[in-house]
Amino acid sequence: MNIDKKLYTLKYTPDSKSHLNPDKEQCKLCNSRNCTYICPAGVYEWNEEKQELIVNYENCLECGACRIACERKSLDWQYPKGTKGVTFKQG
Amino acid sequence: MLNSDNKTDVIVVGAGPAGISCAITIARKGKRVVLIERGMFAGSKNVFGGAIYTQPTKEIFPNFETEAPVERRNIAHNFMILGKEDSTTISYRKSGNGSYSVIRGKFDRWAAQEAKNAGVTIVEQTVVRELIKNGTTVVGVKTELEDYYADIVVLADGVNSLLAKQTGLRKDIDTKDVALSVKEVLKLDKDIINHRFNVKDDEGVIGQIFGGPMLGILGLGFMYTNKDSVTIGLGVTLNDLVENNYRPFELLEQLKNHPSIAPLIEGGTLKEYNAHLIPEGGYKKIPKLCDNGVMIVGDAGMLVNNLHWEGTNLAMISGKLAGETAVEALNAENFSKKFLSRYEKALKNSFVIKDMHTYKDLMDICHERQKAFLDYYLKKINSFFEMFTTVNSVPKRENYWKFIKSIFTDRKICELFKDLWAIIRLLWGILL
Repeated sequence: MNIDKKLYTLKYTPDSKSHLNPDKEQCKLCNSRNCTYICPAGVYEWNEEKQELIVNYENCLECGACRIACERKSLDWQYPKGTKGVTFKQG
Repeated sequence: MLNSDNKTDVIVVGAGPAGISCAITIARKGKRVVLIERGMFAGSKNVFGGAIYTQPTKEIFPNFETEAPVERRNIAHNFMILGKEDSTTISYRKSGNGSYSVIRGKFDRWAAQEAKNAGVTIVEQTVVRELIKNGTTVVGVKTELEDYYADIVVLADGVNSLLAKQTGLRKDIDTKDVALSVKEVLKLDKDIINHRFNVKDDEGVIGQIFGGPMLGILGLGFMYTNKDSVTIGLGVTLNDLVENNYRPFELLEQLKNHPSIAPLIEGGTLKEYNAHLIPEGGYKKIPKLCDNGVMIVGDAGMLVNNLHWEGTNLAMISGKLAGETAVEALNAENFSKKFLSRYEKALKNSFVIKDMHTYKDLMDICHERQKAFLDYYLKKINSFFEMFTTVNSVPKRENYWKFIKSIFTDRKICELFKDLWAIIRLLWGILL
Protein backbone atom coordinates (compact mmCIF):
# COMPACT_ATOMS: atom_id res chain seq x y z
CA MET A 1 0.00 0.00 0.00
CA ASN A 2 1.44 3.39 -0.91
CA ILE A 3 1.68 6.26 1.50
CA ASP A 4 -1.09 8.34 -0.08
CA LYS A 5 -3.60 5.58 0.58
CA LYS A 6 -2.46 5.38 4.19
CA LEU A 7 -2.79 9.12 4.69
CA TYR A 8 -6.25 8.98 3.18
CA THR A 9 -7.43 7.39 6.47
CA LEU A 10 -6.68 10.60 8.37
CA LYS A 11 -8.72 13.70 8.96
CA TYR A 12 -6.87 16.86 8.03
CA THR A 13 -7.80 20.50 8.43
CA PRO A 14 -5.01 22.20 6.52
CA ASP A 15 -3.95 25.76 7.17
CA SER A 16 -3.37 28.14 4.26
CA LYS A 17 0.21 28.70 5.46
CA SER A 18 2.86 26.05 6.10
CA HIS A 19 3.92 25.36 9.69
CA LEU A 20 7.11 23.76 8.32
CA ASN A 21 9.55 26.27 6.91
CA PRO A 22 12.97 25.05 5.82
CA ASP A 23 15.71 27.52 5.04
CA LYS A 24 15.79 26.97 1.28
CA GLU A 25 19.36 28.14 0.91
CA GLN A 26 20.52 25.62 3.50
CA CYS A 27 18.54 22.89 1.72
CA LYS A 28 20.61 23.47 -1.42
CA LEU A 29 23.76 22.84 0.58
CA CYS A 30 22.39 19.80 2.39
CA ASN A 31 24.07 16.49 1.62
CA SER A 32 21.74 13.96 3.16
CA ARG A 33 18.23 15.40 2.70
CA ASN A 34 17.15 13.11 5.52
CA CYS A 35 13.70 14.66 5.56
CA THR A 36 12.90 13.26 2.10
CA TYR A 37 12.85 9.68 3.35
CA ILE A 38 12.46 9.58 7.15
CA CYS A 39 9.17 11.50 7.14
CA PRO A 40 6.36 9.03 7.87
CA ALA A 41 3.99 11.05 5.68
CA GLY A 42 6.37 11.72 2.79
CA VAL A 43 5.94 15.45 3.29
CA TYR A 44 9.28 16.43 1.74
CA GLU A 45 10.33 15.99 -1.87
CA TRP A 46 13.43 17.33 -3.56
CA ASN A 47 12.84 19.00 -6.91
CA GLU A 48 16.09 18.51 -8.80
CA GLU A 49 15.15 20.89 -11.60
CA LYS A 50 14.27 23.82 -9.36
CA GLN A 51 16.85 22.81 -6.73
CA GLU A 52 14.15 23.27 -4.17
CA LEU A 53 12.55 21.36 -1.33
CA ILE A 54 8.84 20.82 -1.84
CA VAL A 55 6.94 20.74 1.46
CA ASN A 56 3.56 19.02 1.35
CA TYR A 57 2.77 20.33 4.83
CA GLU A 58 -0.93 19.43 4.50
CA ASN A 59 0.05 15.76 4.96
CA CYS A 60 2.10 16.34 8.12
CA LEU A 61 1.46 13.99 11.07
CA GLU A 62 3.15 16.48 13.44
CA CYS A 63 5.57 13.88 14.80
CA GLY A 64 8.63 16.15 14.76
CA ALA A 65 11.06 13.65 13.22
CA CYS A 66 12.16 16.07 10.46
CA ARG A 67 13.06 18.73 12.98
CA ILE A 68 15.47 16.38 14.74
CA ALA A 69 16.77 14.66 11.61
CA CYS A 70 17.50 17.91 9.75
CA GLU A 71 21.23 17.75 9.13
CA ARG A 72 21.66 21.51 9.02
CA LYS A 73 19.19 22.28 11.79
CA SER A 74 17.61 24.76 9.44
CA LEU A 75 13.96 23.79 9.66
CA ASP A 76 11.60 26.17 11.38
CA TRP A 77 9.14 23.65 12.83
CA GLN A 78 6.01 24.80 14.63
CA TYR A 79 2.77 23.15 15.57
CA PRO A 80 -0.08 24.10 13.25
CA LYS A 81 -2.67 26.55 14.62
CA GLY A 82 -5.10 25.20 17.20
CA THR A 83 -7.87 24.33 14.78
CA LYS A 84 -5.56 23.06 12.03
CA GLY A 85 -3.53 20.02 11.13
CA VAL A 86 -4.15 16.33 11.62
CA THR A 87 -6.79 14.74 13.86
CA PHE A 88 -6.28 11.16 14.98
CA LYS A 89 -9.41 9.18 15.76
CA GLN A 90 -7.58 6.03 16.83
CA GLY A 91 -4.22 7.27 18.10
CA MET B 1 -0.35 42.81 33.85
CA LEU B 2 0.25 39.90 36.19
CA ASN B 3 -3.03 40.55 37.95
CA SER B 4 -5.13 40.39 34.81
CA ASP B 5 -8.27 38.26 34.73
CA ASN B 6 -6.58 35.40 32.98
CA LYS B 7 -4.79 34.32 36.16
CA THR B 8 -5.29 30.88 37.64
CA ASP B 9 -3.43 28.67 40.11
CA VAL B 10 -1.90 26.21 37.65
CA ILE B 11 -1.71 25.96 33.86
CA VAL B 12 -1.03 22.53 32.40
CA VAL B 13 0.01 22.46 28.74
CA GLY B 14 -1.05 19.32 26.87
CA ALA B 15 -3.95 16.93 27.48
CA GLY B 16 -2.17 13.61 27.22
CA PRO B 17 -1.89 11.05 30.02
CA ALA B 18 0.64 13.20 31.93
CA GLY B 19 -1.21 16.49 31.59
CA ILE B 20 -4.64 15.10 32.41
CA SER B 21 -3.28 13.20 35.44
CA CYS B 22 -1.56 16.33 36.70
CA ALA B 23 -4.59 18.59 36.20
CA ILE B 24 -7.06 16.18 37.83
CA THR B 25 -4.76 15.72 40.85
CA ILE B 26 -4.69 19.49 41.37
CA ALA B 27 -8.42 20.00 40.81
CA ARG B 28 -9.32 17.24 43.27
CA LYS B 29 -7.52 19.27 45.95
CA GLY B 30 -9.76 22.23 45.19
CA LYS B 31 -7.22 24.34 43.31
CA ARG B 32 -7.93 26.15 40.05
CA VAL B 33 -6.30 24.56 37.03
CA VAL B 34 -6.49 25.27 33.30
CA LEU B 35 -5.52 22.48 30.90
CA ILE B 36 -4.62 23.75 27.43
CA GLU B 37 -4.76 21.33 24.49
CA ARG B 38 -3.79 22.15 20.91
CA GLY B 39 -5.94 19.46 19.27
CA MET B 40 -9.64 19.53 18.36
CA PHE B 41 -10.26 17.50 21.52
CA ALA B 42 -8.12 15.79 24.15
CA GLY B 43 -6.61 12.76 22.45
CA SER B 44 -6.87 14.04 18.90
CA LYS B 45 -3.11 14.61 18.59
CA ASN B 46 -2.09 11.73 20.86
CA VAL B 47 -0.58 8.50 19.59
CA PHE B 48 0.80 5.46 21.41
CA GLY B 49 1.24 1.75 20.89
CA GLY B 50 -1.75 0.43 22.56
CA ALA B 51 -1.90 -0.56 26.24
CA ILE B 52 -2.50 1.20 29.52
CA TYR B 53 -1.47 -0.44 32.77
CA THR B 54 -4.11 -1.11 35.38
CA GLN B 55 -2.33 -0.37 38.66
CA PRO B 56 -0.88 3.06 37.78
CA THR B 57 -4.00 4.07 35.84
CA LYS B 58 -6.12 3.24 38.90
CA GLU B 59 -4.03 5.66 40.97
CA ILE B 60 -5.49 8.44 38.85
CA PHE B 61 -8.81 6.93 37.72
CA PRO B 62 -9.91 4.36 40.35
CA ASN B 63 -13.07 3.66 38.33
CA PHE B 64 -11.53 3.25 34.88
CA GLU B 65 -11.99 -0.51 34.50
CA THR B 66 -15.77 -0.20 34.63
CA GLU B 67 -16.22 3.36 33.34
CA ALA B 68 -13.60 4.04 30.67
CA PRO B 69 -13.77 2.97 27.02
CA VAL B 70 -11.23 0.13 27.17
CA GLU B 71 -10.85 -2.38 24.35
CA ARG B 72 -9.50 -5.72 25.59
CA ARG B 73 -7.98 -7.00 28.83
CA ASN B 74 -4.56 -8.38 27.94
CA ILE B 75 -4.04 -11.96 29.00
CA ALA B 76 -0.96 -12.88 26.96
CA HIS B 77 2.36 -11.40 25.93
CA ASN B 78 3.88 -12.89 22.80
CA PHE B 79 7.58 -12.24 22.34
CA MET B 80 8.20 -12.83 18.65
CA ILE B 81 11.73 -13.15 17.34
CA LEU B 82 11.60 -12.79 13.59
CA GLY B 83 14.28 -13.92 11.17
CA LYS B 84 14.08 -13.01 7.51
CA GLU B 85 11.55 -15.77 6.83
CA ASP B 86 11.17 -17.71 10.07
CA SER B 87 10.31 -16.87 13.67
CA THR B 88 10.42 -18.13 17.24
CA THR B 89 7.71 -17.04 19.65
CA ILE B 90 7.67 -17.21 23.41
CA SER B 91 4.23 -16.63 24.82
CA TYR B 92 3.42 -15.91 28.42
CA ARG B 93 -0.25 -16.30 29.19
CA LYS B 94 -2.14 -15.77 32.41
CA SER B 95 -5.65 -14.50 32.80
CA GLY B 96 -5.52 -11.27 34.74
CA ASN B 97 -6.12 -7.57 34.34
CA GLY B 98 -2.61 -6.12 34.32
CA SER B 99 -3.23 -4.01 31.25
CA TYR B 100 -5.88 -3.07 28.71
CA SER B 101 -5.62 -2.12 25.07
CA VAL B 102 -7.24 1.25 24.47
CA ILE B 103 -7.87 3.61 21.57
CA ARG B 104 -6.27 6.90 22.54
CA GLY B 105 -8.88 9.01 20.78
CA LYS B 106 -11.59 7.46 22.94
CA PHE B 107 -9.72 6.95 26.22
CA ASP B 108 -8.13 10.40 26.45
CA ARG B 109 -11.45 12.01 25.67
CA TRP B 110 -13.02 10.08 28.53
CA ALA B 111 -10.11 10.96 30.85
CA ALA B 112 -10.43 14.64 29.92
CA GLN B 113 -14.16 14.50 30.72
CA GLU B 114 -13.28 13.02 34.14
CA ALA B 115 -10.90 15.94 34.64
CA LYS B 116 -13.65 18.36 33.66
CA ASN B 117 -16.00 16.71 36.17
CA ALA B 118 -13.32 17.16 38.84
CA GLY B 119 -13.23 20.89 38.11
CA VAL B 120 -10.46 21.25 35.54
CA THR B 121 -11.04 23.99 32.96
CA ILE B 122 -10.10 22.58 29.57
CA VAL B 123 -9.21 24.95 26.74
CA GLU B 124 -9.05 23.05 23.45
CA GLN B 125 -7.86 24.00 19.95
CA THR B 126 -5.29 26.33 21.47
CA VAL B 127 -1.55 26.19 20.90
CA VAL B 128 0.78 27.57 23.54
CA ARG B 129 3.53 29.34 21.60
CA GLU B 130 5.65 30.79 24.36
CA LEU B 131 6.18 30.93 28.08
CA ILE B 132 5.79 34.27 29.82
CA LYS B 133 8.58 34.98 32.26
CA ASN B 134 9.04 37.50 35.00
CA GLY B 135 12.80 37.54 35.44
CA THR B 136 13.75 33.89 35.79
CA THR B 137 10.30 32.77 36.87
CA VAL B 138 7.70 31.34 34.52
CA VAL B 139 4.44 33.16 35.20
CA GLY B 140 2.22 32.22 32.29
CA VAL B 141 1.82 31.18 28.68
CA LYS B 142 1.23 32.97 25.39
CA THR B 143 -1.28 31.33 23.07
CA GLU B 144 -2.35 32.50 19.62
CA LEU B 145 -5.27 34.40 21.08
CA GLU B 146 -4.72 35.17 24.72
CA ASP B 147 -2.14 35.22 27.44
CA TYR B 148 -2.85 33.13 30.50
CA TYR B 149 -1.16 33.60 33.85
CA ALA B 150 -0.61 31.15 36.71
CA ASP B 151 1.51 30.58 39.77
CA ILE B 152 2.78 27.35 38.23
CA VAL B 153 3.00 26.14 34.64
CA VAL B 154 3.32 22.39 34.04
CA LEU B 155 4.71 21.33 30.66
CA ALA B 156 3.03 18.15 29.45
CA ASP B 157 3.44 19.04 25.80
CA GLY B 158 4.97 15.77 24.70
CA VAL B 159 8.19 14.52 23.21
CA ASN B 160 8.81 17.58 21.04
CA SER B 161 8.23 19.98 23.95
CA LEU B 162 9.25 23.21 22.29
CA LEU B 163 8.36 24.85 25.61
CA ALA B 164 10.79 22.76 27.66
CA LYS B 165 13.42 23.89 25.19
CA GLN B 166 12.40 27.50 25.80
CA THR B 167 12.92 27.10 29.52
CA GLY B 168 16.50 26.12 28.78
CA LEU B 169 15.99 22.91 30.75
CA ARG B 170 16.00 20.78 27.63
CA LYS B 171 18.58 20.83 24.87
CA ASP B 172 18.12 19.79 21.25
CA ILE B 173 17.34 16.11 20.90
CA ASP B 174 19.80 13.87 19.10
CA THR B 175 18.63 11.37 16.46
CA LYS B 176 19.89 8.60 18.76
CA ASP B 177 17.55 9.67 21.55
CA VAL B 178 14.21 9.23 19.80
CA ALA B 179 12.52 6.43 17.93
CA LEU B 180 10.13 7.16 15.12
CA SER B 181 7.14 4.92 15.40
CA VAL B 182 4.59 4.23 12.69
CA LYS B 183 1.53 2.08 13.15
CA GLU B 184 -1.68 0.98 11.53
CA VAL B 185 -5.01 0.12 13.06
CA LEU B 186 -6.57 -2.61 10.96
CA LYS B 187 -10.26 -3.36 11.18
CA LEU B 188 -10.99 -7.04 11.66
CA ASP B 189 -14.03 -8.96 12.74
CA LYS B 190 -14.23 -9.59 16.48
CA ASP B 191 -14.63 -13.35 15.98
CA ILE B 192 -11.66 -13.48 13.62
CA ILE B 193 -9.49 -11.74 16.22
CA ASN B 194 -10.69 -14.13 18.92
CA HIS B 195 -9.93 -17.11 16.70
CA ARG B 196 -6.53 -15.98 15.41
CA PHE B 197 -5.23 -14.88 18.80
CA ASN B 198 -6.87 -17.69 20.74
CA VAL B 199 -8.83 -15.45 23.09
CA LYS B 200 -12.42 -14.90 24.16
CA ASP B 201 -14.40 -11.67 23.75
CA ASP B 202 -12.74 -8.81 25.63
CA GLU B 203 -9.50 -10.76 26.12
CA GLY B 204 -6.46 -9.45 24.31
CA VAL B 205 -2.88 -10.21 23.36
CA ILE B 206 0.20 -8.01 23.23
CA GLY B 207 2.81 -8.86 20.62
CA GLN B 208 6.36 -7.65 21.14
CA ILE B 209 8.34 -8.09 17.97
CA PHE B 210 12.10 -8.30 17.49
CA GLY B 211 13.96 -8.59 14.19
CA GLY B 212 12.27 -9.11 10.84
CA PRO B 213 12.69 -5.91 8.83
CA MET B 214 14.45 -4.45 11.86
CA LEU B 215 17.27 -7.01 11.93
CA GLY B 216 20.48 -5.16 12.74
CA ILE B 217 18.84 -1.84 13.49
CA LEU B 218 17.67 -0.52 16.83
CA GLY B 219 13.97 -1.03 16.46
CA LEU B 220 11.10 -3.05 17.88
CA GLY B 221 7.67 -3.94 16.63
CA PHE B 222 4.41 -4.17 18.50
CA MET B 223 0.97 -5.62 18.07
CA TYR B 224 -2.18 -5.05 20.12
CA THR B 225 -5.66 -6.48 19.82
CA ASN B 226 -8.55 -4.06 20.15
CA LYS B 227 -12.26 -4.93 20.20
CA ASP B 228 -12.66 -5.08 16.45
CA SER B 229 -9.25 -4.06 15.19
CA VAL B 230 -5.61 -5.02 15.45
CA THR B 231 -2.82 -2.49 15.88
CA ILE B 232 0.53 -3.25 14.29
CA GLY B 233 3.50 -0.95 14.29
CA LEU B 234 7.18 -0.50 14.80
CA GLY B 235 9.55 2.04 16.24
CA VAL B 236 13.09 2.56 14.98
CA THR B 237 15.65 4.99 16.35
CA LEU B 238 15.72 8.01 14.10
CA ASN B 239 19.47 7.58 13.88
CA ASP B 240 19.11 4.20 12.18
CA LEU B 241 16.53 5.53 9.72
CA VAL B 242 18.85 8.39 8.81
CA GLU B 243 21.95 6.17 8.51
CA ASN B 244 20.23 3.59 6.34
CA ASN B 245 17.94 5.84 4.28
CA TYR B 246 14.92 3.84 5.39
CA ARG B 247 11.37 5.01 4.92
CA PRO B 248 9.49 4.03 8.09
CA PHE B 249 6.26 3.04 6.32
CA GLU B 250 8.21 0.72 4.01
CA LEU B 251 9.65 -1.09 7.04
CA LEU B 252 6.11 -1.41 8.38
CA GLU B 253 4.93 -2.90 5.07
CA GLN B 254 7.76 -5.43 5.28
CA LEU B 255 6.75 -6.32 8.83
CA LYS B 256 3.12 -6.74 7.79
CA ASN B 257 4.22 -9.05 4.97
CA HIS B 258 6.45 -11.22 7.16
CA PRO B 259 5.25 -14.85 6.91
CA SER B 260 4.69 -15.01 10.68
CA ILE B 261 2.76 -11.73 10.88
CA ALA B 262 0.74 -11.65 7.64
CA PRO B 263 -1.72 -14.44 8.59
CA LEU B 264 -2.61 -12.61 11.81
CA ILE B 265 -3.70 -9.43 10.02
CA GLU B 266 -4.90 -10.92 6.73
CA GLY B 267 -8.06 -9.28 5.43
CA GLY B 268 -7.72 -6.33 7.81
CA THR B 269 -8.78 -3.00 6.34
CA LEU B 270 -6.87 0.11 7.30
CA LYS B 271 -8.77 2.26 9.78
CA GLU B 272 -5.95 4.65 10.51
CA TYR B 273 -2.25 5.10 9.87
CA ASN B 274 -0.28 7.33 12.19
CA ALA B 275 3.15 8.17 13.51
CA HIS B 276 4.77 9.47 16.65
CA LEU B 277 8.19 10.06 18.18
CA ILE B 278 9.13 8.14 21.32
CA PRO B 279 11.77 9.47 23.71
CA GLU B 280 14.40 6.72 23.88
CA GLY B 281 17.37 8.47 25.39
CA GLY B 282 16.83 6.85 28.77
CA TYR B 283 18.04 7.98 32.17
CA LYS B 284 21.04 9.93 30.94
CA LYS B 285 18.88 12.18 28.75
CA ILE B 286 16.32 13.17 31.38
CA PRO B 287 16.58 16.95 31.73
CA LYS B 288 16.16 18.93 34.96
CA LEU B 289 12.43 18.71 35.49
CA CYS B 290 11.74 21.95 37.35
CA ASP B 291 12.66 25.59 37.54
CA ASN B 292 11.09 28.69 39.08
CA GLY B 293 7.36 28.41 38.43
CA VAL B 294 7.58 25.45 36.05
CA MET B 295 7.64 21.63 36.07
CA ILE B 296 8.02 19.12 33.22
CA VAL B 297 6.13 15.80 33.09
CA GLY B 298 5.73 12.74 30.83
CA ASP B 299 7.32 12.52 27.38
CA ALA B 300 8.34 16.19 27.60
CA GLY B 301 10.68 15.04 30.39
CA MET B 302 11.80 12.03 28.28
CA LEU B 303 10.25 9.64 30.81
CA VAL B 304 9.96 6.36 28.91
CA ASN B 305 11.09 2.84 29.81
CA ASN B 306 11.57 1.49 26.32
CA LEU B 307 12.62 -2.08 27.13
CA HIS B 308 9.31 -2.68 28.88
CA TRP B 309 7.17 -0.74 26.38
CA GLU B 310 6.18 1.57 29.25
CA GLY B 311 5.43 5.24 28.76
CA THR B 312 1.86 6.14 29.65
CA ASN B 313 2.30 4.86 33.21
CA LEU B 314 5.43 6.96 33.71
CA ALA B 315 3.53 9.89 32.22
CA MET B 316 0.54 9.45 34.52
CA ILE B 317 2.58 9.02 37.69
CA SER B 318 4.93 11.90 36.88
CA GLY B 319 1.84 14.04 36.25
CA LYS B 320 0.32 13.00 39.54
CA LEU B 321 3.52 13.70 41.50
CA ALA B 322 3.91 17.12 39.85
CA GLY B 323 0.26 17.80 40.69
CA GLU B 324 0.84 16.94 44.34
CA THR B 325 3.87 19.22 44.49
CA ALA B 326 1.86 22.01 42.82
CA VAL B 327 -0.80 21.73 45.55
CA GLU B 328 1.87 21.89 48.29
CA ALA B 329 3.47 24.89 46.59
CA LEU B 330 0.12 26.69 46.34
CA ASN B 331 -0.54 26.05 50.03
CA ALA B 332 2.93 27.33 50.93
CA GLU B 333 2.74 30.13 48.32
CA ASN B 334 6.23 29.21 47.26
CA PHE B 335 6.85 28.57 43.57
CA SER B 336 10.62 28.61 43.59
CA LYS B 337 12.78 26.06 41.87
CA LYS B 338 13.85 24.84 45.30
CA PHE B 339 10.30 24.19 46.46
CA LEU B 340 9.23 22.61 43.16
CA SER B 341 12.23 20.27 43.30
CA ARG B 342 10.08 18.26 45.72
CA TYR B 343 8.54 16.89 42.54
CA GLU B 344 11.92 15.71 41.29
CA LYS B 345 12.62 14.15 44.67
CA ALA B 346 9.27 12.34 44.67
CA LEU B 347 9.95 11.10 41.16
CA LYS B 348 13.38 9.81 42.22
CA ASN B 349 11.79 7.88 45.07
CA SER B 350 9.20 6.36 42.73
CA PHE B 351 9.53 3.54 40.20
CA VAL B 352 9.74 6.15 37.43
CA ILE B 353 13.31 7.30 37.93
CA LYS B 354 14.34 4.08 39.70
CA ASP B 355 13.42 2.02 36.63
CA MET B 356 15.03 4.45 34.26
CA HIS B 357 18.18 4.36 36.38
CA THR B 358 18.13 0.55 36.30
CA TYR B 359 18.42 0.68 32.51
CA LYS B 360 20.77 3.65 32.37
CA ASP B 361 23.36 1.77 30.29
CA LEU B 362 20.90 -0.05 28.06
CA MET B 363 20.83 2.38 25.16
CA ASP B 364 24.61 2.86 25.07
CA ILE B 365 25.10 -0.89 24.97
CA CYS B 366 22.37 -1.34 22.37
CA HIS B 367 23.90 1.28 20.08
CA GLU B 368 27.31 -0.32 20.57
CA ARG B 369 26.25 -3.93 20.03
CA GLN B 370 23.13 -3.65 17.88
CA LYS B 371 24.55 -5.72 15.03
CA ALA B 372 25.16 -8.55 17.50
CA PHE B 373 22.06 -8.43 19.68
CA LEU B 374 19.53 -7.28 17.11
CA ASP B 375 20.77 -9.25 14.15
CA TYR B 376 23.19 -12.10 14.77
CA TYR B 377 21.72 -13.58 17.95
CA LEU B 378 18.12 -13.17 16.81
CA LYS B 379 18.94 -15.14 13.69
CA LYS B 380 20.88 -17.61 15.79
CA ILE B 381 17.87 -18.31 18.03
CA ASN B 382 15.85 -19.10 14.93
CA SER B 383 18.60 -21.24 13.43
CA PHE B 384 18.81 -23.23 16.67
CA PHE B 385 15.13 -24.11 16.44
CA GLU B 386 15.47 -24.79 12.74
CA MET B 387 18.25 -27.27 13.55
CA PHE B 388 16.24 -28.76 16.44
CA THR B 389 13.12 -29.33 14.38
CA THR B 390 14.73 -30.48 11.14
CA VAL B 391 14.43 -34.18 10.32
CA ASN B 392 16.98 -35.06 7.65
CA SER B 393 18.59 -38.34 8.76
CA VAL B 394 21.73 -36.51 9.87
CA PRO B 395 22.65 -37.70 13.39
CA LYS B 396 21.56 -35.15 15.98
CA ARG B 397 24.98 -34.98 17.62
CA GLU B 398 26.49 -33.83 14.34
CA ASN B 399 23.87 -31.10 14.07
CA TYR B 400 24.55 -29.93 17.62
CA TRP B 401 28.29 -29.71 17.08
CA LYS B 402 27.83 -27.95 13.77
CA PHE B 403 25.65 -25.37 15.51
CA ILE B 404 28.08 -24.90 18.42
CA LYS B 405 31.04 -24.63 16.04
CA SER B 406 29.23 -21.98 14.01
CA ILE B 407 29.03 -19.69 17.03
CA PHE B 408 32.82 -19.60 17.09
CA THR B 409 33.35 -19.38 13.35
CA ASP B 410 30.56 -17.02 12.21
CA ARG B 411 32.27 -14.02 13.71
CA LYS B 412 35.59 -13.15 15.28
CA ILE B 413 36.19 -14.61 18.74
CA CYS B 414 36.90 -11.13 20.10
CA GLU B 415 33.34 -10.12 19.11
CA LEU B 416 32.03 -12.95 21.29
CA PHE B 417 33.97 -11.59 24.24
CA LYS B 418 32.65 -8.09 23.56
CA ASP B 419 29.09 -9.46 23.53
CA LEU B 420 29.69 -11.29 26.79
CA TRP B 421 31.20 -8.17 28.36
CA ALA B 422 28.21 -6.11 27.21
CA ILE B 423 25.81 -8.60 28.81
CA ILE B 424 27.78 -8.57 32.07
CA ARG B 425 27.78 -4.75 32.11
CA LEU B 426 24.09 -4.66 31.39
CA LEU B 427 23.17 -7.21 34.05
CA TRP B 428 25.46 -5.52 36.54
CA GLY B 429 23.69 -2.23 35.91
CA ILE B 430 20.24 -3.79 36.15
CA LEU B 431 20.75 -5.91 39.26
CA LEU B 432 23.13 -3.84 41.38
